[in-house]
Amino acid sequence: MSKKASGIKVIDSPEKLERLRKKLVKQQKTSAESKSVSVCIGTACAAKGSRKLYDLFCEAVKESGVDIEINTKSVGCHGFCECGPIVVIHPEGIFYQRVEEPDVEEIFRETVLKDNIIERLLYKDPVTGVTAKTAEEIAFYKSQYRIVLAENGIIDPINIEDYITAGGYLALAKALTEMQPEEIIDEVEHAGLRGRGGGGFSTARKWRSCRSARGTPKYVICNGDEGDPGAFMDRSLMEGNPHSVLEGMIIGGYAIGSSHGYIYVRNEYPLAVKHLTLAIEQARKLGFLGKNILGSSFSFDIRINRGGGAFVCGESTALMASLEGRTGEPRAKYVHTVEQGLYEKPTNLNNAETWANIPPIIDKGGEWFSSIGTEGSKGTKIFSLVGNVQNTGLVEIPMGMTLREMIYTIGGGIKNGKKFKAVQTGGPSGGCIPEQYLDTPVDFDELTKLGSMMGSGGMIVMDEDTCMVNVAKYFLEFLKKESCGKCTPCREGLAQMLDILERITRGEGKKDDLQKLEDLANLLSGTALCALGKTAANPVLSTIRYFRDEYEAHIHEQRCPAKVCKGLFAYIIDSELCKACGICKKACPADAISGEKKVPHVIDPEKCTKCGNCFAKCPFNAVIKV
Amino acid sequence: MKEEDKIISTIVKRYDADTGMLIPMLQDLQEEYGYLPEEHLRRLSKKLSIPLTRIYGVATFYASFRLAPKGEHDVTLCMGTVCYLKGAPQILEAICDEYKVEPGGTTQDKLFSLQAVNCVGACALAPVMIVDEKYYDGVSPKSALEIINGLSSGKEEPVEEGAKS
Repeated sequence: MSKKASGIKVIDSPEKLERLRKKLVKQQKTSAESKSVSVCIGTACAAKGSRKLYDLFCEAVKESGVDIEINTKSVGCHGFCECGPIVVIHPEGIFYQRVEEPDVEEIFRETVLKDNIIERLLYKDPVTGVTAKTAEEIAFYKSQYRIVLAENGIIDPINIEDYITAGGYLALAKALTEMQPEEIIDEVEHAGLRGRGGGGFSTARKWRSCRSARGTPKYVICNGDEGDPGAFMDRSLMEGNPHSVLEGMIIGGYAIGSSHGYIYVRNEYPLAVKHLTLAIEQARKLGFLGKNILGSSFSFDIRINRGGGAFVCGESTALMASLEGRTGEPRAKYVHTVEQGLYEKPTNLNNAETWANIPPIIDKGGEWFSSIGTEGSKGTKIFSLVGNVQNTGLVEIPMGMTLREMIYTIGGGIKNGKKFKAVQTGGPSGGCIPEQYLDTPVDFDELTKLGSMMGSGGMIVMDEDTCMVNVAKYFLEFLKKESCGKCTPCREGLAQMLDILERITRGEGKKDDLQKLEDLANLLSGTALCALGKTAANPVLSTIRYFRDEYEAHIHEQRCPAKVCKGLFAYIIDSELCKACGICKKACPADAISGEKKVPHVIDPEKCTKCGNCFAKCPFNAVIKV
Repeated sequence: MKEEDKIISTIVKRYDADTGMLIPMLQDLQEEYGYLPEEHLRRLSKKLSIPLTRIYGVATFYASFRLAPKGEHDVTLCMGTVCYLKGAPQILEAICDEYKVEPGGTTQDKLFSLQAVNCVGACALAPVMIVDEKYYDGVSPKSALEIINGLSSGKEEPVEEGAKS
């Protein structure tokens, strides 16, 4: 139902862009008394039925026939996925959470038409009990600093006019008319921007090397193949504000001297592909992509490639091989991709979030950007805060915030009153950080010092019920499956390490297993071909470093302290809770449970095979792990 | 036979016979048939003048390609870190046991194909199961089996997922 300005023509000068923007802003202002209903259609909210809510709001507007102007908008992820579906009523910004279909009618009648607030749908702080009317009042948002995600949840991702109204493509106009390519690179250098995809390499240095590399054409690539499990930053960005990624790439193309851009998106992200495709079409129509952009001599276009579903393709050389239509196997990087990348031509690859940082840097200057963050890590970083934390969601914080603040202030602490055990950062190649380091500032170098890394921004919180050996096994399983098999250390080393971990979690660990694991890990990091293999041992090394006692309990006592590894803990029946219903007795395949009617049942530890059937089947939670 | 030749020709033309676009071509072909039929891969190999082994290599390297027809429904189980920690392996085990199917495989009656994927990026919903593009959150072994039990052949309409304009 959003308004479409009719007959937009190609914008061939910065002046025309400014005129269009002013016109759009004015349109928005004149309708200041009007209401707008924004419904989040990010993946998590959509999964909980937000599309239907959007349709219902559209219908309600149509049927009401009221005089005031009401817009309904589908917007990208607000980040607070825990409380989805989220509906925001503007201009007041009233933030409704966990909205269900029956609520739509009431919201429309009370809030949209009469400005009455429905208390029940507001967010209530679980600690203070205070309800929040707007997003700004919620602790989850208060400590965040949103630069890249600033417009997420506000603009309609499939409407370029929304992006322009918010100041979109002004940075591109500035870059093309007021700045030389070298000046742009200087500005990015001044900003101190480092790659958001995991490596943390200086963006300006990469651009400069690619610009000065010999060979044409040059290529610019956006890595949207977000493969880390538990990470969805790039997904939300590409879904919620695709134009910001495009604008960054166009500016980058101009700075580097390239007119060919590629976006490599994960196949599992259909909505991101859809929104990016629409965004590219719209940008082409308005002349932000194509020949002579904004009337300048610069031409640039972008093509989307969907990934085939291979984790290793997040590695730059593997990604390029995939773009060339080959299997995604990395190559040794003695010749850098900025010199010889895609089709052996100079290629600059950056992650989606890095690209989205470019427009604000050009717009507000490197000086401003570098005022945010720490000495070595400037700006903000988006994290997907997930796992056993109260507030699962997408958060953007200034670099340097402590892990504790992230997990407790923004994340609201650990779920179900459990104790914190570790936070895993950096994806499968990252590490687990224990409680004593929670006051570490989040920063590229600080996390590396702890044996983990920033990675692309996955942050998985684990509580006391998590077995760290099992976590290490999970990541190794993942990496072994995703190893491309080209180099021996990764292909064989991971298999050997996984074999050892599997033995340990079965209670068949041997005395020298830890030493063996460490030896293999060192071998791997020293000899593997690409970053996947080189860092593959991180989850094992970091868990051995901080949770050695758990490994030892598995190996020496055949005991899993977190009671996760099958067979390494026992089941007993709590006689107070047992209702003697007999369900467990029937479910036991080993006849290990005895007990008559009205008599609490008992498990015979001698006969028990620890299969867990009784635990799963008991309706009264009377079977407990010890 | 002619009709099928045409499909390959259209796809190849769409990408100007650029062998660098092999992956998008295979994706289009799979969209057409739900899998990559062998005879079409042979045709593609001839048309592009690249060895069948290379096409086969690509088709088997990437997880999203399948060489056998899929079932009527798609069941995708997320095995991302959070889903894993919240019990996805037990759900997978329950489904595999109940329907005698392996991840990546299809049930004998062709009712559904099962996929265990790395991460669908919807961690707030963990453990997540996706059935014909509809997301189910907080799934347990029991509820997963109930959802799949509810699938019937030839009746269910897949839920349209995509942005409203």
